[in-house]
Amino acid sequence: MSNMLEVADLGHTYGDHEAIGGLTFTVRAGELVCVVGPSGCGKSTLLRTISGLVAPSRGDVSLNGSHLAVVFQDYSRSLFPWLSVQGNVEFPLRGLPRAERRARAAEALEWVGLGAAARKRPWQLSGGMQQRVAIARALAYRPSLLLMDEPFASVDAQTRFELEDLLLRVRREHDTTVLVVTHDIDESVYLGDRILVLSGSPARLVADLEVPLPAERNQVTTRTDEGFVALRSKVARLLNVGKPSMDMEKWAAAERESLSETVSS
Amino acid sequence: MRAFTRGLLGIAGFLVLWELLGRSPLLPAESLPPPSVVFGELVTQLTSPDFIRHVVATVLALLIAIVIAIAIAVPSGLVLGSVPAVRHATRAVIEFLRPIPSVALIPLALVMLGFGPETKITLAVYAALWPILFNTIYALDELDPLLVDTARVFGTGRLGVLFFVALPSALPFVLTGIRLAATTALVVMVSVELMAGSQVGLGYFIMEARSGPGRMDQVLVGTVVAGVIGVLLNNGLERVRRRWVAW
Repeated sequence: MSNMLEVADLGHTYGDHEAIGGLTFTVRAGELVCVVGPSGCGKSTLLRTISGLVAPSRGDVSLNGSHLAVVFQDYSRSLFPWLSVQGNVEFPLRGLPRAERRARAAEALEWVGLGAAARKRPWQLSGGMQQRVAIARALAYRPSLLLMDEPFASVDAQTRFELEDLLLRVRREHDTTVLVVTHDIDESVYLGDRILVLSGSPARLVADLEVPLPAERNQVTTRTDEGFVALRSKVARLLNVGKPSMDMEKWAAAERESLSETVSS
Repeated sequence: MRAFTRGLLGIAGFLVLWELLGRSPLLPAESLPPPSVVFGELVTQLTSPDFIRHVVATVLALLIAIVIAIAIAVPSGLVLGSVPAVRHATRAVIEFLRPIPSVALIPLALVMLGFGPETKITLAVYAALWPILFNTIYALDELDPLLVDTARVFGTGRLGVLFFVALPSALPFVLTGIRLAATTALVVMVSVELMAGSQVGLGYFIMEARSGPGRMDQVLVGTVVAGVIGVLLNNGLERVRRRWVAW
């Protein structure tokens, strides 16, 4: 399998603050890789350097494809309020003939189940639907690599499960290469083919783990699968090591919460 | 509907007060004709081609002034708002020019431009520039950086961001600026017509009615019509904003 993204010794420093401390990894074509790390560890900086929004202080990012798309966490601020849903999805396609733009946007909206909402304004939709519009916009662009920055962190738990499954479905149907940045350990295990575990600031690569789960995932059975539970614990331990100052109480509480969430769903 | 009824009550109260004041012995006779007289005269004037010509002249000059002000202030605002160097370089000049009352520029404008409509249009443009300019700059300051990032990751260049992101995002503020500017422009327009003796326009009509026959009822007809033009402009532009930029 060929590499879609190659990151070599990528580092970034803001003034005196070293956000990323030399990261090297690859993402293979068709793969879904999750980058997980503690809050404020430089994950967003990593995403901004890969997407070209910020020029890294050192190192190389090379994309073996023509272009990438990004889905941001804050859908309400990332969709253009003066454009319809259709207009938002067509935005990246501005260079194309009108008919082709229309067709590709309509198709992408069908993929995320929003064909009927094309003429609405984004702010008339629920948060989960808005994020689906943002996903449709990214897919309509037919990116070589789809970058997602905490894409499901701003929706409720139920919607998050739906969107996770939607992502898994569309990336399988369209063979999309995806890099998801998240702080949610469960999410990284549930979504990923592979997990990159980062340490706290400055971000360094702690582990590069294959996810030993079948491609078909299920919100109920996968999350109780032994492999899932084992890997989740492993990632949690790695993150703990990566950030020694982490408050153990908080971790325990978060773990209990995510467990009860899993059980109740 | 209740707000509307209350509005009507307010207007009725105002008219009653005016009527009483106009008929009271407190004011010199004929100095404040009551609304019953003024509205009678208004009906007469509205059928007079001469009066209509004055109204059309003012409204037309006003619309021209607003369009010119938009054409100057919006592009300038986009440049000043997105290029900090230009903004810093022009700050002192703008802060000096802005507080100058347009009316204080009448003598200068008369010498430079003469007694034609150019003078009143220029001065109205001058007054209308500032609200539009400052609202445009402010809107660019408020531009959400995430919208810009989104456009950039989809391969949009600087100019593309300006036209497809900054400009539409600024539109609600710009429209509010235009609404404020329109009212200011009307004030300046009528003032210049009053003072600079242009041969046509609502202000000229008011001036003529007072200094010639001393017809205060005609003076007030001119005043009421100027007020109505202001209300229509303001409400019309507010409707445009609600209809087209409702986000």
